[in-house]
Order: sequence, then structure tokens, then C-alpha cells
Amino acid sequence: MNPTPSQTVGPFYGYALPFPGGGDLATGGIAVHGYVYDGAGDPVPDALLEFWQADEQGSLRGSPGTMRRDPTNGAFLGRDGVRFTGFGRVGTDLDGHWALRTVVPGNGYISVCVFARGLLHHLYTRIYLGQNGFLDSLPPERRHTLVAAEEREGVYRFDIHLQGDKETVFLDFG
Amino acid sequence: MSEPLKQADIDQEIAALSGGPGDHPARDYAPYRSTLLRHPKQPLVAVKDPEAAELSGPAFGVSDVTALDNDLTRQHLGEPLGERMTVRGRVLDRQGRPVRNQLVEIWQANASGRYLHQRDDHSAPLDPNFTGVGRCLTDDDGNYLFTTIKPGAYPWRNHVNAWRPAHIHFSLFGSAFTQRLVTQMYFPGDPLFPYDPIMQSVTDERARQRLVASYAHELSEPEFSLGYRWDIVLDGPAATWMEEGR
Repeated sequence: MNPTPSQTVGPFYGYALPFPGGGDLATGGIAVHGYVYDGAGDPVPDALLEFWQADEQGSLRGSPGTMRRDPTNGAFLGRDGVRFTGFGRVGTDLDGHWALRTVVPGNGYISVCVFARGLLHHLYTRIYLGQNGFLDSLPPERRHTLVAAEEREGVYRFDIHLQGDKETVFLDFG
Repeated sequence: MSEPLKQADIDQEIAALSGGPGDHPARDYAPYRSTLLRHPKQPLVAVKDPEAAELSGPAFGVSDVTALDNDLTRQHLGEPLGERMTVRGRVLDRQGRPVRNQLVEIWQANASGRYLHQRDDHSAPLDPNFTGVGRCLTDDDGNYLFTTIKPGAYPWRNHVNAWRPAHIHFSLFGSAFTQRLVTQMYFPGDPLFPYDPIMQSVTDERARQRLVASYAHELSEPEFSLGYRWDIVLDGPAATWMEEGR
């Protein structure tokens, strides 16, 4: 069957898609943060990032409960802190910044899906938290765009450049 | 200072790119001006790893939605203004298999064409009885259902006198992260279609028609609402073990 085409997330998803605790996958682990930039080097204040990752043992069978709700009033309760859901969603702040609190995935990378106003079809990339064979397959001058830099113990920096000299490597899964 | 960009300029650009192949829009579709600095210029890197994490994806369950989430007309003390409608359809993968028990999210403008968003400065009125956000899980056959009101068209600033045709934003998950889709559902017969660079970014006519819901009289409820049907097919591969369901 032919697929339904993609369309941009637009500028007004902010009251619909982000939810409280969207970036809190787990406590007691690491933080990953950074900025999203456009081709002029300006921060993108209306990007939405989604994250999907394995747990510390490498399992990709995340539990439900990322958007756990209070049946009394519909409020968002946050994850239960026990089951690992593997999924996160964070909108960039007005300065283009985002942050994620999670654990180091057993397979070494966090998958990222990027949505934004002006982006008609989402983009995939990966945050690597160390060396990996896949990185070796990339052109040496672009490899570093997928590697998070450890700023201090447990805090990693990962910027996303949608376009330009520092353009992030984006992935196609065919 | 350059001349303000007119609809005729955009029309010419749209015409020049019309009929191009592809199910999805090109990310560098210039008639939608916000794409200019927000698309990569390097080719995407193909990943052929059968163990790729993206071939699996997040799961959602009954604790992630509430029973009222799919009725956008019952989220406030009063009823929203507008033409009450239901939209239902199935979420399928490219093999035609239903996407079961997965999250569907929608958001939309109110009947006057205004979003409940601080950065929407269109002068149309807000509706105190309408937020415009809905969620549901697909059932075992991939069906979803929302009750809402028909959104209004609204102006934007891509060019002078730019108007978006009425639409509902949809966000969909498949069994794999590679199947993720955010898109927009349009209404049949909208006269704004040819003028809108976002819709026209899907340059293949048949693909573009897949963004348009059908009016379905049999789905209209007597003395209550008008019925629309819109089926959604997710692109992208999934891991084989996922095909057996989870």
C-alpha cells in the first residue's frame, strides 16, 4: 500500500505533543543536552525531539507508561520510575535548547527523531555515547556529529545542526 | 528591501515543481519558505543494520490515555462552537496490516481558525470551550475515532495573503520508530488546496489525495455529527519479530 505523506509539525504543536516529564526517562543516570540550529547558525525555538533507546541491558522492549495519566482528572503523572519506557519527547526552548535525563543504553546509542516548523518530513539521527563500529563507516570529517561530548561526569552535550558546515549526519532506514 | 512575496510568485514556484515523484515532500521545497534553512544539504546515510534500534519502537497502553481524550467536544464545561464531526479510520502498515494498540494524537485550530497557542496571533476569537487536542489508542483492527469540530482555515505569513486550508494535525506511531509519522488531514473540496505550499509540497497528485479525508454519509450520526473517514498508511520498515505483534 502507498504510504500517507508526511507534513510539517507546524508551529503550534506546543500545547498538544510535549508533556510534563517528557525528557525524564530515568533518574540516577546521565543527562544529555544541546541546541538545535538552522543553516544560518541560529537556534531553532520550535523543534520537537523524540528519543527512543534500549535500557542499560540493551533491551528494546520498552514498557508503556511514558504518558501515564491520572484517571481522576486526566493530568500527566510522569513515568512510574520502575518500568523503563525507552521513549522521550522534548520541545526546544525559545533559545533552541533541550535536555534529556536517562541511562546509558546497552547498545551504545540513543535514536533521535527531529520535527520542526519548516521541516516537511522528520529526520532521524543518533546520539552515540562512545565509540562504535557504525561511526567508523562514516566519513571521518562528519563522524563527530553523532558523538555526544562528555562535559563533566554524567553530562553529555549533543547539538543538532539541520544544515551548514556543521550539518549533523541524518539517517535513512529505507 | 525586496518586493513582498505574492501568491502569484508562490503559484509559479508550485507549478514548476508540480508532478514530481515521491510519496513524501522534498525537505527542500522552497515555496514553503521556512524550509530554506531547515533542511540538510548532505544526503542521508543509509542504515542497513537488522539490529537497528529504530526497527523497534515505543509502546503505549491504557494508562497513557483517558477515556475522554478522543472527544474534543467534552473537555470543557460547555460545548465548543462549530460544525460537530467525527473522524475515523484505520492505521495500517505498507503491507496492509493493522497497527494495533498504538497511540494516535491530534491537534487543530478551533472553528474560527485559531489555535490555543500563545504564538498564534490571528485575530479570530478563541473558544473557551475548545482546546483542540485529542489522543486515542488504535483497537485490534487498527481503528481510531475522534469526535471534534471542523477547524477553520487561517492566515499565515509565508507570503502576502497566504491561507492554510482547514486541517487536523495527526501524529502516529507504528511498531517501529522508523514508521513514525506526523502529517495533516484535509477536508474534501477545499478551494484553498492549490494555493497552499504545505499541501502542494506533496507534488504527486495521487499521493496528495491521500491527505484528504472522505465525507462518509454512513458515518454521520443523525442529529449529531458529520462523519469523515481517513485511513493512514505508515511508511518504513519494521523488525520481523514485530510482525507477530507485541
